[in-house]
Amino acid sequence: MNLVDLDRVSMRYGEDDEGTLALHRTTLKVRTGEFVAVVGPSGCGKSTLMKVVTGLWPATAGTVCVSGREVVGPLNIVGMAFQNPTLLPWRTTLANVMLPLEIVKPHCSRLKRERVAYEAKARDLLALVGLKGFEAHFPWQLSGGMQQRASLCRALVHDPSLLMLDEPFASLDMFTREELWLALQDLWLARKPTVILVTHDLREAALLSDRVLVMSARPGRIVAERIVELPRPRTLEMTYDAYSVALVHELREHISSARSSAA
Amino acid sequence: MKQGLDVSASSLVDDAPRRRRKPFLLRRKVQRRVLPWVVIILLFVLWEIVVRVFGIEQFLLPAPSAIFQAGWQWRWPILDNAWQTFMTTAVGFFIAVAFGLLAGIAIGSSTMVYDGFYPALIGFNTIPKVAVIPILVIWFGVGTVPAVITAFLLSFFPILVNVATGIATVEPELRDVLRALGASRWQVIQKVGLPRSMPYFFASLKVAITVAFVGSIVAETVAANKGIGHLMLVASSRFEVPLAFAGLLVTSVMGIGMYLIAEVVERRMTGWATRGVDGGMTAQG
Repeated sequence: MNLVDLDRVSMRYGEDDEGTLALHRTTLKVRTGEFVAVVGPSGCGKSTLMKVVTGLWPATAGTVCVSGREVVGPLNIVGMAFQNPTLLPWRTTLANVMLPLEIVKPHCSRLKRERVAYEAKARDLLALVGLKGFEAHFPWQLSGGMQQRASLCRALVHDPSLLMLDEPFASLDMFTREELWLALQDLWLARKPTVILVTHDLREAALLSDRVLVMSARPGRIVAERIVELPRPRTLEMTYDAYSVALVHELREHISSARSSAA
Repeated sequence: MKQGLDVSASSLVDDAPRRRRKPFLLRRKVQRRVLPWVVIILLFVLWEIVVRVFGIEQFLLPAPSAIFQAGWQWRWPILDNAWQTFMTTAVGFFIAVAFGLLAGIAIGSSTMVYDGFYPALIGFNTIPKVAVIPILVIWFGVGTVPAVITAFLLSFFPILVNVATGIATVEPELRDVLRALGASRWQVIQKVGLPRSMPYFFASLKVAITVAFVGSIVAETVAANKGIGHLMLVASSRFEVPLAFAGLLVTSVMGIGMYLIAEVVERRMTGWATRGVDGGMTAQG
């Protein structure tokens, strides 16, 4: 079953035909529980794709369906994480992670009565990404990598059926990034949400996803698709074996041709 | 090996900061408390000397000793009038806080309200408030009400502008995170907009309380029969210049007091915004 179903979706910024066309007749299907990575040259409309799927921005043309229903306004089943961790500086790490529970429908009414259970859940999540002992710290007391981990936990705490990640590791150093790849894989294997990961990093896409989609330069649409046939759980070593290297090379080819065709 | 250990151990002992406790008056913390008072007292002493050496007439510039003497002599009328001014200012100020917060939220959270009301508000704020007092007197008569309203008119604007700015500048990504969870506009304001505008809000309180005093005292000098402003006006018209100065002194003490209260509240409520000052511990890795 498809959780996300985009049918010939176009998205144009601005109010008339003069605006920039960011997405052009994009068709995209993501199965429930699937981990999909979207790669492409910069400015190809990857972030626009995220906003359209989550209903934050309405599509100009075409239909967007999530879990069988057409998207008309912001969805409330989505967890999001961005390049910038966007934690609230006046909340502790634990309180930051618990923020979605105060808003999302079934949880917010139960939160008062079952505070202890929910807190335990948030603590478990933090422990899973290696933040045990930092629950009472404030964001500015954490390093960039730790903040990003907390941001991932915040995106996952309400058990979203759809997780949207917009270059969540782009501003981190290589070692922290690799560590977080594995942390994300653990989180995904433990709960199996549907994930759409937008990234510039082809190794990241090859390591984490079941399927990699390549977008063309603006106006964006999907020009290539590759299934990643690596067993799970995957290890960092796998990104250097022949299969992954060939895959990354192939994806690179697609992206360079997408860039040159735009130029 | 053993020698190496010994060397490092002894050097550790040598390097360990063995600071003796400084004499009481040289400690940084003590200095920060004491120095302002030293400066104030020195200023008064200098003032006293200048008045005495140049033989300045009392109705031009009274010496501090004369001011304090007058202040003590008239202590009950001064306290009575100071209480009136304080209450007037406080009422005007609290109305300004309530109004500034509500209007700030409305203007900061809606571009339509912002576009519609902001120009009118700026236009209103450029009116010199002293010029409004005679009109207020026509409407409400001489007394407390014009002073309360003047204090309010002067102090609500900085509060409104700061709250509106804090709410209007919520990071778009953060808003997306919340809206993708199904948050309503009010929830975004409540969870993010309001808390993040609190540092702006408390900073504006410090400005607002000071100008609220300006407002009530100006109104009292123009149209009142009570209050420090009125007392100073009466005193100077009777050439009781030391008493007028005593009133001035009491006003500044009240102003400083309110400012300090605002600052304590600010530090309590928004410690997260001034984290660098307290030197919180930082984790690396």
